[in-house]
Amino acid sequence: MDGEAQNESVACEKATLAPVDRLRSNRAESPTPGLVEGTEPGAVQKSAFFAHAQSFEDLTAEAEEKAEQEGVVEDSGQTEDELQVLVGERTITEQHAQDVSPQSRSKEEDMSSEAWRSHRKHVFVLSEAGKPIYTRYGSEEALSSTMGVMMALVSFVESDKNTIRSIHADGCKVIFLAKSPLVLVGVSQTYQSDKELLRELQYIYYQIVSLLTLTQLNHIFQNKQNYDLRRLLAGSEYLTDNLLHRLDRDPGLLLSAVTCLPLSNSVRDVVSSSLQAAKAKNLVFSILLAGDRLVTLVRKKDQFLHHIDLHLVMNLVGSSSSFREGEGWTPICLPKFNTAGFFHAHISYLESASDLCLILVSTDREDFFNMSDCKQRFLERLTKRTAYQALKEALKCPSYSVEQVGIPELRHFLYKSKSSGLYTSPEFPELYQSDEEQERLMGLYQDLHSHLHHPVRPLRFFYRCTNKENLLAWVTNGFQLYLCFSPLGTKAMAVSAVNKLLKWIRKEEDRLFILSPLTY
Amino acid sequence: MALVHEEVADAICTKHAETGLCFYFHYLEKQGCACSVSHLVVMNTQRDPVATQLSSDTLGRPVRTLRVKMVLLGGSGVGKSSLALRFVRSEFRSTVPTVGCAYMTHMIHLRDVSLRFEIWDTAGQEKYHSVTPLYYRGAHAALLVYDISKRETFYRVQLWLQELEKHYIPGSTVMWLIGNKADLGHARQVSEQEGHSLAADRGLYFIETSALSGDHVDELLQDVAHRVYECVGGQQGGLSEWEEKPCEDLHHRDMSSLLTSCCKS
Repeated sequence: MDGEAQNESVACEKATLAPVDRLRSNRAESPTPGLVEGTEPGAVQKSAFFAHAQSFEDLTAEAEEKAEQEGVVEDSGQTEDELQVLVGERTITEQHAQDVSPQSRSKEEDMSSEAWRSHRKHVFVLSEAGKPIYTRYGSEEALSSTMGVMMALVSFVESDKNTIRSIHADGCKVIFLAKSPLVLVGVSQTYQSDKELLRELQYIYYQIVSLLTLTQLNHIFQNKQNYDLRRLLAGSEYLTDNLLHRLDRDPGLLLSAVTCLPLSNSVRDVVSSSLQAAKAKNLVFSILLAGDRLVTLVRKKDQFLHHIDLHLVMNLVGSSSSFREGEGWTPICLPKFNTAGFFHAHISYLESASDLCLILVSTDREDFFNMSDCKQRFLERLTKRTAYQALKEALKCPSYSVEQVGIPELRHFLYKSKSSGLYTSPEFPELYQSDEEQERLMGLYQDLHSHLHHPVRPLRFFYRCTNKENLLAWVTNGFQLYLCFSPLGTKAMAVSAVNKLLKWIRKEEDRLFILSPLTY
Repeated sequence: MALVHEEVADAICTKHAETGLCFYFHYLEKQGCACSVSHLVVMNTQRDPVATQLSSDTLGRPVRTLRVKMVLLGGSGVGKSSLALRFVRSEFRSTVPTVGCAYMTHMIHLRDVSLRFEIWDTAGQEKYHSVTPLYYRGAHAALLVYDISKRETFYRVQLWLQELEKHYIPGSTVMWLIGNKADLGHARQVSEQEGHSLAADRGLYFIETSALSGDHVDELLQDVAHRVYECVGGQQGGLSEWEEKPCEDLHHRDMSSLLTSCCKS
């Protein structure tokens, strides 16, 4: 595709949600003319329930702006030595490895070992005083000097009124994200772009904020600059660990979208309206999940849930077994909603052996019994209806196979409807059953995604052949589509498959998506 | 479904007026009935409004259910959730750190009363401390748990004790000091004697338990039930008064809607 048309369309994308004439003529050559945001398969009929369901632009926008203002540092020649210091801090880390307290996590690892250094992606969080807060692998204590060096790098560049963004060296990228009062550093040996890695660091930042609120974080570090934040985060490291795992595996985090449990429209409507009926004064969001899939979401009028906040909630629910034993009641900050305060979430499974988890988000910390009561009312109402049985049936096959689409060469795909912020994807076919293969495929999708969202030269259409599969990615104002074909397919066939797939999704949209979200 | 339940309850109540409700409650629990508690209250008030009041209980039989608020406090990783799981399910599973607070209920049947334990299993992590007063406020039983193999948790439990004592109203809360993980005797850092003397000094009951093996867990719960009933329930304005008010508050709205829905169906 030629560069001019791309740039123009990108400009349009951010400008408006409504179909514009210019836009239409621009898109006339596409195989599905007239498919603009709000009319694509899976688009919501009323109003979306996600705020800014656009794409991941809103996630990285802040950082981008800042960086643009302050210029870019990417001098690999000069920084290579520093990187050596960073990655190869052998003697000092060894020394400190002795000091590791017996209480530290089980994921303890020898930081001087080759195994530790060869992890594909490291994530470090430190305070602006250079104190370690989190490391993905190994223990923070042993890394205090390494993190000191990281902080030194950040401060050194900052002293010139500049911001360090990344260091590239020898198949290794070091990405920096300064989010006062925290500094996040990613060290990656993957092919992901800086932007992708930055997005992941943002998620980690939001994860920490969701536990403590930004107000509390600021307050702590204003009072005591060298505070050891691990004290407050103790016992929650597993949430960050799991989130990082999800970032490698979950297409939803890549697409900034969530996926739904396939469910017939009528059943979903009954469930939604039962949930809608069980309302309370301070209830803001009611979310029903089936594992990592959304069954339905009811929100207070005019209040939107951001997909990042929903992913954080899903991570919390998915990571902890404690909600299975009883009703959970926990303060939670939804950082994209408000970084200053806590919501209070009532989290419980509908039945002890079931995957259906209900999350009721209230503004009042004394609301436990009201929320518990809401749950009871919802359950009472729902159990009287046959829809509950249908819902339980649907849980047995939470996904669908790609064969149902009827395109022989197609192995897998991701389709995101932009206006609804929802995506759909079939289960992984047999070829991609192993963890390694799934991560490899996710890596390919990530690669496509970063080409389509390249900060300087974004593509709209991208076809790529590898010796194991052929891939096609296509982004329009209405949707994002990523397809994986067998290596025997041709480009022409792939293009024709797109039409067929979009038709199939249109046909199935009321089962695969939530078309009419409800409010209280 | 409500109709069926009412029939069952009818049958039980007329046949065994004295123990009927107790059994009915069990039945409902077995059915996994969501509205068991509200139903129980409905039945009670409908058939024998006097039965819910302690003072004028003419039958003198176990028809009453009193609510007991119990809170588990202590440092992180001492086994509060595991103890709670033992109380409620009599099983052990390794758990991840509790997020916020977990709430569960468990019925204990004493000779002449049933106690509905409402267990607040709090998170030991420091970041949740600001919300913990929500859970220990008005608790009838407070279990302060430490890990006998970690001295640090024994100090932490004393901090909790100090905090509780600030809000303590004599006679309203029964407090226990619990040395958990008694199965880790070989790695013990806090001797049983130390636990005993701390408890004796501060007027607490003391026991060492093991959530892993289940040692002394049932005894503990039975003991708590008896003590709470004796100390708090026996008092004027103890359990009973406390029981009625929040119960009505909580289910009042529900009761009326439930009644109508029962009648309709």
